[in-house]
Amino acid sequence: MASQLSRGTLTAEQWQLVEALGSSLTPEHAYWISGYFAGLGSALLRSSGTVSQSPDVCIPPVVTQAEPVAARSLTILHISETGNSTELAIRLAALAVEQGLSPTLVGIADYKVRKLKEEQDLLIITSTHGEGDPPQSGMEFFEFVEGRKAPSLSGLRYAILALGDMSYEHFCGAGKRLDERFEALGAKRLQPRVDCDVDYEDPAAVWSTGILALLAAEQASAISSVASPSKTTGGTQQANNSVYSKRNPFPATVIDNIVLSGRGSTRETHHIEISLADSGLTYEPGDALGIAAHNDPAMVEALLAALSMNPDAPLTVKGQTTTLFDALGKSFEITTATLRFLDHWGELTGTTDIFSAMDNTKRAAFLHDNHIIDIIRAYPLKGLDPQRFVDGLRPLQPRLYSIASSLSICPDEAHITIAPVRYKLHGEPRSGVASGHLADRAIADSVLPVYIQSNPHFRLPSNGEPIIMIGAGTGVAPYRAFMQEREANGGGRSWMFFGERNFRTDFLYQTEWQDWLKNGVLTKMEVAFSRDGAEKVYVQHRIYEHAHDVYAWLEEGAYIYLCGDASHMAPDVHNILVTVIEEQASVQREEAEEYLRDLQRDGRYQRDVY
Amino acid sequence: MANTLPPTDRSCDISQPLERLSSDESLKTESDYLRGTIALGLLDRITSAVPGNDIKLMKFHGIYEQDDREIRDERRRQKLEPAFQFMIRVRLPGGICTTERWLKISELACAHGNETLRMTTRQTFQFHWVLKQNIVPLIRGLHEVLLDTVAACGDDSRGVMATVNPQFPALQAELAALAKTVSDHVIPKTRAYHEIWYGEERIASSEPEEPFYGQTYMPRKFKIGFVIPPNNDIDIYAQDLGYIAIIGEDGKIAGFNVAIGGGMGRTDKAPHTYPRTASVIGFITPDRLISVTEAVMGVQRDYGNRADRSRARFKYTIDDKGLDWIKLAIEDRAGPLESARPYDFTSNADIYGWIESGDGFHHFTLFIENGRLNRDMLDKIAQIAHVHKGHFRLTPNQNLMIANVAMADKPEIEALLRETGLIAFNERSVLRLNSMACVALPTCGLAMADSERYLPDLITKIEGILTRYNLQNEPITLRMTGCPNGCSRPFIAEIGLTGRAPGKYNLYLGGGFHGQRLNRLYRENIGEPAILETLNEVLGRYATERLPDEHFGDFTIRAGIIREVTEGRFSND
Repeated sequence: MASQLSRGTLTAEQWQLVEALGSSLTPEHAYWISGYFAGLGSALLRSSGTVSQSPDVCIPPVVTQAEPVAARSLTILHISETGNSTELAIRLAALAVEQGLSPTLVGIADYKVRKLKEEQDLLIITSTHGEGDPPQSGMEFFEFVEGRKAPSLSGLRYAILALGDMSYEHFCGAGKRLDERFEALGAKRLQPRVDCDVDYEDPAAVWSTGILALLAAEQASAISSVASPSKTTGGTQQANNSVYSKRNPFPATVIDNIVLSGRGSTRETHHIEISLADSGLTYEPGDALGIAAHNDPAMVEALLAALSMNPDAPLTVKGQTTTLFDALGKSFEITTATLRFLDHWGELTGTTDIFSAMDNTKRAAFLHDNHIIDIIRAYPLKGLDPQRFVDGLRPLQPRLYSIASSLSICPDEAHITIAPVRYKLHGEPRSGVASGHLADRAIADSVLPVYIQSNPHFRLPSNGEPIIMIGAGTGVAPYRAFMQEREANGGGRSWMFFGERNFRTDFLYQTEWQDWLKNGVLTKMEVAFSRDGAEKVYVQHRIYEHAHDVYAWLEEGAYIYLCGDASHMAPDVHNILVTVIEEQASVQREEAEEYLRDLQRDGRYQRDVY
Repeated sequence: MANTLPPTDRSCDISQPLERLSSDESLKTESDYLRGTIALGLLDRITSAVPGNDIKLMKFHGIYEQDDREIRDERRRQKLEPAFQFMIRVRLPGGICTTERWLKISELACAHGNETLRMTTRQTFQFHWVLKQNIVPLIRGLHEVLLDTVAACGDDSRGVMATVNPQFPALQAELAALAKTVSDHVIPKTRAYHEIWYGEERIASSEPEEPFYGQTYMPRKFKIGFVIPPNNDIDIYAQDLGYIAIIGEDGKIAGFNVAIGGGMGRTDKAPHTYPRTASVIGFITPDRLISVTEAVMGVQRDYGNRADRSRARFKYTIDDKGLDWIKLAIEDRAGPLESARPYDFTSNADIYGWIESGDGFHHFTLFIENGRLNRDMLDKIAQIAHVHKGHFRLTPNQNLMIANVAMADKPEIEALLRETGLIAFNERSVLRLNSMACVALPTCGLAMADSERYLPDLITKIEGILTRYNLQNEPITLRMTGCPNGCSRPFIAEIGLTGRAPGKYNLYLGGGFHGQRLNRLYRENIGEPAILETLNEVLGRYATERLPDEHFGDFTIRAGIIREVTEGRFSND
């Protein structure tokens, strides 16, 4: 960097500062700072040029009067196992700055894969681990690049330096894999890949010199040409002017369906990513995704078998002719029986007496224990006209799920968090219509009919006020959307209370919460895992443990949110909030309840319980 | 000191300011005598890990953070952090364990250690799969039977080993007691352990917290051991400081030959790292044991390389300064050493089954493959512990000795061994009985390949080769590790295998049968077919060309299959 400078050109005070800083550094810090000052020096010298910021090297922007240069963005990405790639990348970045380039240096751990499609020039230094695999930190990047979600990279130019060890079979395998894949995705190779053995220094230097000479020469010729056209970025919060709605759901493609519950969990919680691309559908954090789920085809077949009906029998539904199989699959509720169905079936089979003999309680219990197929099996009827059968059925209703993503971070996508309802009835496994569809059949590339259900009563405060989020299980979903939104657009303090069964397997989105805590998007987090210890601990216990601070936050204007189970968690949490206010404010219980009612009226206590 | 010692390069040792030394030196200095933020990290409910610097400090407390590496990727996709858990190593000088302690350890392993337990190559216990919230209960459980985990890892004096060989019963007992005395003397004295794990209050004191170590402890780990020839069961040549007992004409311990600078660890592709066998530098009488131990450790503390951790072990200090200089430095502190006395080793293996020790006691050594105990084995051994009137000894070859059984009690122990089926463990091939493997995957963070989970299968295949050449009764030492750090001491085995990548190993040949000579790399980074093909060829030649009583390691050198390693620093040549 400052090779021409000696210590003597610094003032004594400056040198003291440098020395004091130097004595506290790890080698990693020292490298980082060398890159920082290299960037700073270059930026100070240059009278023009675009500057970039990244977690690794923050080059302060320089106010200039010159015209902006039509430079392409340059990113240097290092994927390192032992630090060699990082070290080379830091040196490359410093050299690039010396040559008048403005690189963004970033380590793979800090790299957002979504940025890849915006890259223009990308230099990658990667090592190889094990059998031609990338280092652990690069796994996610490789999965993205080699996976189905990889974008077209036709706008990208790249060069790869691969580090490896010749004594391994898959020498420089990670570098080779990236090189092939980038080419396949349409990217243009700036110069051939170089594969280095353990003595990588010389070949790496040759590669670095070559690529920088090429880019610097290009930039020199670009400076004399015209300024680049300014890039327009579309806002993500456009009005929802889509043609798709509850009546006309959008046939969305499922991108991914991940089981979040770790090995050995007593839960089965899925994270499903759904593409809204080309639908015109937009949403805000707090909104719900409506899903017109279908019945399980196996259940339709079982029902048809119990009825001895032909699946291909024609049927008219809402004026449209379809087959019986299709209608039972998509248009009618065929699991839970209603009182109306009971009457209907009683008439058809002449068994009305049996059902009418039951009192209301008995009938409700009977309906709980017997689905439509169980009733048909118990009181069978042959030769029934399909149309007459479906006359007793309700139309299949779409289900709503809180959206767990923000368009600011996940453009064109909606994520949901679901835990399928599964149980046994009459010795057979049964599952909820929508949750079963989502868990079992909403696999990647399958199609789901969806629409957006606005939820204006579950919204982030508009001026970044502090928020307290309380949720258990899948109730965590809208808070993930909140955090993504605040990660992208900023906001005030936040505090998350999360509850589930076991820490090891059921901490939904654990690593994301850890990242938000680390980068300050989330201020505090409390967790309660009910099945880890001898005593069951729930979110309300954690709220009570922090009663003083919870009340202080409320007094400071915090918004409080409650999402999840309506039967137990919501009333328990509500009661503990009343207690917290009662004790902390030293008021009567009625006054504490009034306090919460006021919050609710002011939109500062918002609930989404189900 | 400076008057008598020739000058030496001090650019990398403790005399330098911290910024010139490796970052671990600053970490130790700033740790407030090993406290760091450990107590705080235990309270963090958002992660089952501890902060980065505390991971290193917890090693000094005998605790390693690890994770189940096989589900790391699966969990990453599930947005879950790695399945962090901790390995906890007990301090058990000389491998002596009373039945009461055995039962407690067994109970703790079942309660907090996923119902499994390891007996290590340094004669102690390791708990695995311990969750963060269970560390305190486990350590307090150990405290109930007056055991601790102090300095079981870290840059300090590790667990002190002692022979378990019952051939000289009184002397063995004496050595075990000395191992305990030395261990108690050389472990860190900081109260951090009591405060963090027992919840004791910090007491203000003007006394120095670490009178010997100071704030920066040792440059790296330091291993001490005691042995009585002719059995070299503790692998004396692999110790930083080894004491070889010399028996006087009166049958008592006349003193010890002092051996220094042994060590196994090396790094692949880094020729400046290598294993080294210890050098015998003299003889001392028993009364000088503590002062010589302090002198040897003091020389390493003061002159060891603290700038480059890969060169920080005592073996490199010795090779960098020269053995003569190091000996002078030791004598400068502890007075002159006498000339080493003659001694002779014949084996480093355990003797399985019953042995009578001449003092009326009987001892049964039970083969435990790679020291791995599961719930079923723990339950069966507990049955023995409930009736056994003697004690247990953990052997340096990861086996279990039921020690000090009176003649009258022998039938009962024997019957239990039969009823439980434990006795069948000893009915294994000679090769298997002479094998060792470290833990490696899926928990050890250093491992690059499987070791204890794979070696049993590989041995089955090698047994086939041995049978083909009628070598099945020939003792050959075979040791495997999942990385080149050498926990199962593979570099002094006749056949050594160290992991490079899943399913791939370096193959070493030419080690000395009783651990006296290093082996040399013969084939690099090969998979099972190549390992078996290579061994088939070499063992085939051994079967036809060997001299009477010639060990396999000696043969490979005489036959010109591998060049002898005369000194560790030449092992990469």
